[in-house]
Amino acid sequence: MNTILLSVIIMAGLGLFFALFLLVSYKKLSVEEDPRVKKIEEILPGANCGACGYPGCAAYAEAIVLEGAPINKCAPGGAEVVGIIGKIMGVEAEAKATPVAHLMCQGSPDVAVQRSIYIGESSCRVADFTTKGDKACTYGCLGLGDCVRVCPFNAMYMGEDNLPKIIEENCTGCGLCVEECPRDILALVPRDQKTFVACVNKDKGAISRKVCKVSCIACGLCVKKAPEGSMELRNNLAVILDYKQVDTKAEEVYEVCPTKAIELKGKFAKVNTDG
Amino acid sequence: MIEKALIIFLAATLTNNFVLTYFLGLCPFVGVSERASSAIGMGFASTFVMTMTAIIAWIMDWLVLRPLHLEFLQTAVFILVIASLVQFVEMFIKKTSKELYKALGIYLPLITTNCIVLGLALIGSMKNYNLLENIMLGFGAGIGFTLALVLIAGIREELEFRNVPEPLKGAGITLIVVGLMALAFMGFSGMVTL
Repeated sequence: MNTILLSVIIMAGLGLFFALFLLVSYKKLSVEEDPRVKKIEEILPGANCGACGYPGCAAYAEAIVLEGAPINKCAPGGAEVVGIIGKIMGVEAEAKATPVAHLMCQGSPDVAVQRSIYIGESSCRVADFTTKGDKACTYGCLGLGDCVRVCPFNAMYMGEDNLPKIIEENCTGCGLCVEECPRDILALVPRDQKTFVACVNKDKGAISRKVCKVSCIACGLCVKKAPEGSMELRNNLAVILDYKQVDTKAEEVYEVCPTKAIELKGKFAKVNTDG
Repeated sequence: MIEKALIIFLAATLTNNFVLTYFLGLCPFVGVSERASSAIGMGFASTFVMTMTAIIAWIMDWLVLRPLHLEFLQTAVFILVIASLVQFVEMFIKKTSKELYKALGIYLPLITTNCIVLGLALIGSMKNYNLLENIMLGFGAGIGFTLALVLIAGIREELEFRNVPEPLKGAGITLIVVGLMALAFMGFSGMVTL
């Protein structure tokens, strides 16, 4: 009897002691956390499966809130969980819409010079690694559709001009295609961006002009036309620094470009394909 | 006395390395050994927990349980001690190094149920070590764990760039390397023992 009582007292005493110790250290060491992290963590399945690419559900919940990670990465949770997370992130998610993939190349076969015929494995990665593809431009789109194949949301298809097209309603901005592209032509851009420098050719104008009719020749006309400081020339390419400012003069910037390397969303380049 | 403590430290670190000769604590050993940086963090977090466990478990064992003849409560009390310590370390790391906290992820709370910590407390009690010897056992086991973890992390970082046969990729090659490392550590055996 005595032993039972004693062990109960000892265990209870130790439990209380350690509980107090933890309570004190919690008060001293607690870190301010966004309450949404806790909420999202509760909604996630808690399987810690790692399918999202983060070490456990807690890490993923934190990545969503603090780093703006995509909310649709949880495979076990499915659409239901994505919906609830969307609600929790609600206000901010609307203000900061998910980005969308965009192709920074307009080199369809009728404007980009073909230097050979590529008859290898039908994969951009292989083509880029072996012969650099069939286009004279070694920066542009290889057109073999690695990005289309990797897209899990059916948001991409190969257009008739042999360039991948993006269905923006389906695009979740997951960035898989951006990672897959061996030439880094795809980029995640804000959904409301209208003006793009749709070329990645870093050669000097004289060379890039010869390989493709819609290449950026780094003439700098757009930089002059755009609001000051919103565009600049870098590595023989025009670069958009502040898309919101550039978009205020979207039409003018688009019109001034002699090669139409500037792309205006929803407007197809009128390129002179005769000469 | 100091001599014996030093021998215990060496034995716990090398000849009787808890991971590679007792096969305790294999879960973080395989789980957190992908990057050397997180391996070092995990190693030192575990070393801290193990040293503290050695101290507090000894105090509990000799000053509370044995005088009251409650040795049968050992396991329960040790688990209580370890769980509280891990919780404390977790809070501490979260406060001091966000990066380390993220890198360790789920493995940090898993130290709680890690057999290496409980094993160390029970071995120390079984061998009737005094406080100094017990601390040396805990610290040595921690350093040995860190050593093994950092070694395997270095090897695994290299392995990523090597041409590993397809069926052995990932866990397969890791376990083979662990086996070879265990062989190497076994080579120390007989020099000193716990």
